[in-house]
Parts: sequence; C-alpha cells; structure tokens
Amino acid sequence: MSDFTSEFWSLYIAVITVVSIIGCGVFLRSLSVKRVPGSTVETMGHVWDGDLEEYNNPLPKWWMWLFYITLVFAAIYLTLYPGLGSYKGVFGWTSRGQYEAEEAKADARFGPIFDKYLKMPITEVAADPAAREMGQRLFLNYCAQCHASDARGSRGFPNLTDNDWLYGGDPETIQTTIMNGRNGMMPPLGATLGEEKTRDVANYVLSLSGRPHDDLRAARGKATFETICAACHGPDGKGNHALGAPNLTDGTWLYGGGESTIIETINKGRNGHMPAHGEFLGPAKVHLLAAYVWGLSHTGGGTTPAQ
Amino acid sequence: MQEQTTYNYKVVRQFAIMTLVWGIVGMTVGVLIAAQLLWPDLTYGIPWLSYGRLRPLHTNAVIFAFGGSALFATSYYAVQRTCHTRLFSDALASFTFWGWQVIIVLAAITLPAGITTGKEYAELEWPIDILIAVVWVAYAIVFFGTIAKRKVAHIYVANWFFGGFILTVALLHIVNSAEIPVTLWKSYSAYAGAQDAMVQWWYGHNAVGFFLTAGFLGMMYYFVPKQAGRPVYSYRLSVVHFWALIFTYMWAGPHHLHYTALPDWAQSIGMVFSLILLAPSWGGMINGIMTLSGAWHKLRTDPILKFLITSLSFYGMSTFEGPMMSIKTVNSLSHYTDWTIGHVHSGALGWVAMISIGSLYYLIPRLFGRTEMFSVRLITVHFWVATIGVVLYIAAMWIAGVMQGLMWRAVNPDGTLQYTFVESVKSTYPFYAIRLLGGTMYLSGMFIMAYNTWKTVVGSKAVDAPVLQPAAAH
Repeated sequence: MSDFTSEFWSLYIAVITVVSIIGCGVFLRSLSVKRVPGSTVETMGHVWDGDLEEYNNPLPKWWMWLFYITLVFAAIYLTLYPGLGSYKGVFGWTSRGQYEAEEAKADARFGPIFDKYLKMPITEVAADPAAREMGQRLFLNYCAQCHASDARGSRGFPNLTDNDWLYGGDPETIQTTIMNGRNGMMPPLGATLGEEKTRDVANYVLSLSGRPHDDLRAARGKATFETICAACHGPDGKGNHALGAPNLTDGTWLYGGGESTIIETINKGRNGHMPAHGEFLGPAKVHLLAAYVWGLSHTGGGTTPAQ
Repeated sequence: MQEQTTYNYKVVRQFAIMTLVWGIVGMTVGVLIAAQLLWPDLTYGIPWLSYGRLRPLHTNAVIFAFGGSALFATSYYAVQRTCHTRLFSDALASFTFWGWQVIIVLAAITLPAGITTGKEYAELEWPIDILIAVVWVAYAIVFFGTIAKRKVAHIYVANWFFGGFILTVALLHIVNSAEIPVTLWKSYSAYAGAQDAMVQWWYGHNAVGFFLTAGFLGMMYYFVPKQAGRPVYSYRLSVVHFWALIFTYMWAGPHHLHYTALPDWAQSIGMVFSLILLAPSWGGMINGIMTLSGAWHKLRTDPILKFLITSLSFYGMSTFEGPMMSIKTVNSLSHYTDWTIGHVHSGALGWVAMISIGSLYYLIPRLFGRTEMFSVRLITVHFWVATIGVVLYIAAMWIAGVMQGLMWRAVNPDGTLQYTFVESVKSTYPFYAIRLLGGTMYLSGMFIMAYNTWKTVVGSKAVDAPVLQPAAAH
C-alpha cells in the first residue's frame, strides 16, 4: 500500500492492467480467421502509388499462439507476483524481501569466517596470511578506487604504505577511520592573509621540510604561521592527529609540496572526504580491512602490496 | 498551377542527403568513443572531446540527426506518393528541414560544451527542447495535412505507422522534457526521484518503440513491397500488429528500472508487457519478410532487397532479445553490462540503419531522375561490409556483457568478490577492440555509400515527379 496514496490508485492500476491483457486477447481473437482450404488469397483491392497492394492472408497460426502464450504468462505471473496495484501475489514476493533473504543466507554462510577474526586483536589478524588475503580482496573492491590497488594513493588520497598518518596509525584509529570516515578541512585563508603574506607563509612551510625557499620571506612568514597556522598544525608544524592536520615537516605531501601548490592550498583551503564504511561493510569486514591497512606499513604483519 | 502537378521532392532530397551526412558524423563519433574505451587518453583529456560529453553527442546524432532525417525523408516521400497529392505545405515542410538542422547543430555545440539535462536520449536543454516541439508540430501539420487532402479513400499502412510515430513522439517529448529553467542553458526536471526515473524510461523506451520502431516500420511498409514488386503479405496482420504494438509499447518502460527504487508492482507490469510485446513486434517482421514470398530469387541479385530483408532479420532478433532481457532473472545478469550496448546496436545498426540505407538506395536515384544508383556493385560491397561489421559488433558485446555480468557476481569461498571492477574492464579490452573493428567497418560502408551517392547525384538533375493519378477503384 505504501506505494499508493489511496486505494483508488491501486484499483486503477489493477483494473487497467487486467482489462488491457484481456483486451489484447479479445482483439486478437476478433481478427483471426481460418484459411478456407483450397482458396486463393485475394488482395484487398486497393492500389496506392501505381503498384502498392495488400494481400489479406490470415494471421500465422504459430504467431497467434505466441501472442496468446505471452498473455497467459502475464496472467499467471501477475497472480503469483505483485503487479496488480497493492495485490501482493500468491508468493508474497518483494524485492526487499529477496534482498534480505539473500543477505541473511550470505551472513549465515560467510559470517563465521569473518567472525573468527573479529575476536582476534588487529595486530594478530594482520599476521595471519589467510586474513591478509581476504583483507586485500576487500581492499581492492572497496578502497582501491581512491587509494589505488597498491595502496599508495594519489593526489588528495593518502598513501597508506608509508606509515605517515593524518589521524594516527595505531590499529584502533585506522579502524575508526574506516568505520566512521573522515572529513579533512583546511579553511581558505587567501582573503585573510593577502597575496604577500600567503607567499611568505608558503616559504616558511617550505623551510620546515628543508625545501628550497626564500629566506627573507620564510622569516617574515614564521610570525604569521605561529599566529594562524599553528592552531592546527602546531607551533613546530608537526601537525595534529586529533584534527587530521598534516605534519608539514616530513616531506610527505597530500596535494603537492611545490611553492605554487602550497600557495593554492593556503588560498583556497582543502576538503578531504573519506566516506564512512561501518554501516555498509559491518564491523567484521572493517576489522579485516583495518588489519590489512595497518599491516601495509608494519613489516611484522605487513605484506608486500600488489603492484 | 504547374507546381501543383508534381510531388515536393525538394524537401525529400534535402533530408535524404543530410541523412547520409549525419550518419557519417554520428557514426564517426561512435567510432571515436569506441576507440576511447580502448585508449582512454586518446583525446589528451580535452574536456569537450571526453567520452562523457561525446557519448550523448553520438546517440543524439545517430538517433535524431541520422534516423530523424531518414524518417523525415521517407515519410514525406511515402505520404505524398501513397496519398497521390503534393505535401500539404511546402513552406512548413521547408521549415521542418531547416528547423531540424538548426536543432542538430545546436546539439553538436551544446553537448560537447557540457550543456546537458542529464536525461538519457533527452539531453538537450530547454531552449532546444522548445524548438524541437515547434518543429515537430509543423511536421505533424505537414504530414496529417497531406493525409487529409489525399486523393484515395484508404490510408496506406505505412502512413499509420508514420502517423503513430509522429503523434507519440510529440507526446513523449513534451511530457518528458517538462523542466524548470534556471538559466538560459540550465534547467531541472519537473519530476523528482523514482517518478523522474519512471517518466524518463517511459520516454526512453518509447523513443525506441515509436521513433526507432514504428517510424521505421512505416519505412519498411513502403519500401519493401516497392522494391520486391510484391503486395504486402497480410493486411489483417498489419492491423493486428499495428494496434497491439502501439498499445503495448507504452507499458514497457519499467523494465529499464528492474531492482531499483521503482515499486515492485511497476517492475512486474513492465516486464509482462515487454513479453507481450514480442508477438506484435514480430508481426512487422513477418509481414515484411513474407511480402517477398514468390520473389525470393530477387534476394540473390538485388542488394537493396538484401539490406531491407536483413534489416528485418535484425529487427526480429533484437525484438526477441529485448523481451528476454526484460525478464528480471535475465536482467539481473545483463543490466549495466555491455550486453545492453550490443542489444541496442543490433537494433540501431542492424535494423534502423540498414532499413534506412536500403530505402535511401531506392530513393536517391528517383529523386535525381535516374533509375538506379551509379554502381549496384558498390551497394553489394556496402551490404557485406555493413553486415560483417554489425555481426562483429554485437557478438563482441554479447560475450563481453555476459562475461562482465558473471564476473561481477562471482564470489570467493569466503564471500568476498572474486573480481574487482577494474579486472572486468581489463577482460573486456579484446572485445572493445573487436567492437571498434566492427564499428569502423560499418562506418566505412557509409563512406562507400557517400561515394556512390556523389557519383549518382553529380551531373544528374533534381527531378520532381508528376503526381500520379489514383488507380481506378475496382
């Protein structure tokens, strides 16, 4: 019923469908004739455009049967399955019901395989070769689209193999990241700082990781950095896991570490979004994934990622 | 009063030539995007040459520019000849030609520019939608005006189909394109959510049913008996399958939305009526092919008949395949795979394009005062190149589609997916290559046709045949 705003529309659909199917059959029957044996087929007696004429052969029998069979099939199908308005059909089938049944079946069959690992600590799971293989398969289907099949990421998508973490790399934090997702936000500061100060700060940021920079500008930018940027990135620029603020001193760059890119980042800000997977994958799969990702940068339990 | 005694062939000539031009343009874009699937960096990341923008350009160009021009040309030709009268209005007919060409050019500019409504096969933005509606109403006036002033009592069967196609396409276009303009080049659909999807696929499937089927059946009913020199097989069959076809097609749209948010009841009804559609669709194929009874030998020597009859075979094949794919169990495998692309092209290249090509080979010499094309041999060459091209294309997409469907659902003993999506893409590469080859062959056939047409037309004089007196009634 929820599909219909009133009983009328349900009835409307049902009646119009039934009448249409029966109508097709009646129409077909009303135009079927038997061929009189021995008779010759005449044209209709109309001529168009000099030579266009029409015979009036009877409808081919096999074709009529084909037509009738599809009508009968329609009647049977709509008796068994939902179709006639809010009538549920003999089988009481729904697509949601089918989905839930299939999901329950899969859970019953595959659930124990995953649950076994759920009880183990993530570091132990990471050391289990079978679990790593399952984790990699999950990673390739659900994570590789952004983080790449070798987990080395790409511009804007973190590399997961280098043991450099925005939010922290201990097993539980990785699990939280996968479960709940992350929203990384760096506010645009271009309007606040103006062109000169932005360039100064950018040069100071370059100096933090020992990149070539303009000393004079870096010295001027230091003050600005300490009043504005340090709030998130810390006074020493080493970042803050609680906020997902990157370490600016380690030479690892999410969006690029050239002067122009850093200026762009300061000017326009950045928005990084990792979607939450908890509801979609469930805790058991997330557990396996966390183990796989943690293992990528921990040789003890780590594996060589697929190249 | 001199001009009253001839048919208006001018507009037919214009549309016939543009059919060829747009066919080549549309199929070239098709070949380009097929190549992009093999070599994604082919166009160096230039935005207006990207796959996402060119794909709607391809579909619009082949369906509405090529197919549309073919339908205008043949319907204007057939309606005059079977009504024994000149077109209702030369000025309006000319307006439909220039209006339609302007629409096509606007599509060719806006789609690569990224201006789109995002509704498949209805991507053009609202100002162009309005222009389409205006031109279409003019088309209806010319067509039905000509029917109204016919000199014979009965309306020939081809005109039922052309008429049904014109009326329904007007309805489909206006309802589905209801949208709220925001700026000159941006609008939002008047419908939302599942309703929007349902309206879209009611439109989408009937675009296939009326634009690409009923219209081209009209073409078939004129050119097959003409070229075969035989009466239509069965008037009775044409009555039954005409009414059954136009009635049943209207219900079939939901099969595009199986296993989606569309309510179950709508999906079921869409499926059963898609199956009921099988017999009415085949009625047209039977009537066309059986028209040849008593003249089968002509198939051996007449390449135009080869085109027409082969097109009917592809029509029969794809209208069998369609109902099968609408069955939910089959659809759960075939949906979102390249099987759908194969199905569409067996209809588009095999049926729509081949019946148009055959009809044009009949039409072009007659519009230029000749009895046949410059080279009949080249028509034969075109036929074989095109046929092999279609077969390669659809066979490759069938195999690719079934393979993708099976790969996507394969699971490991632990329940994880056996293949990642990108592995299915990688496995499809060889089939993309075969598809590109098939498409390129089909396109090269169009170039053979263009050469043949050029040699036929150049040096010939455009001739408007005098209006034929109706045969005396028996």
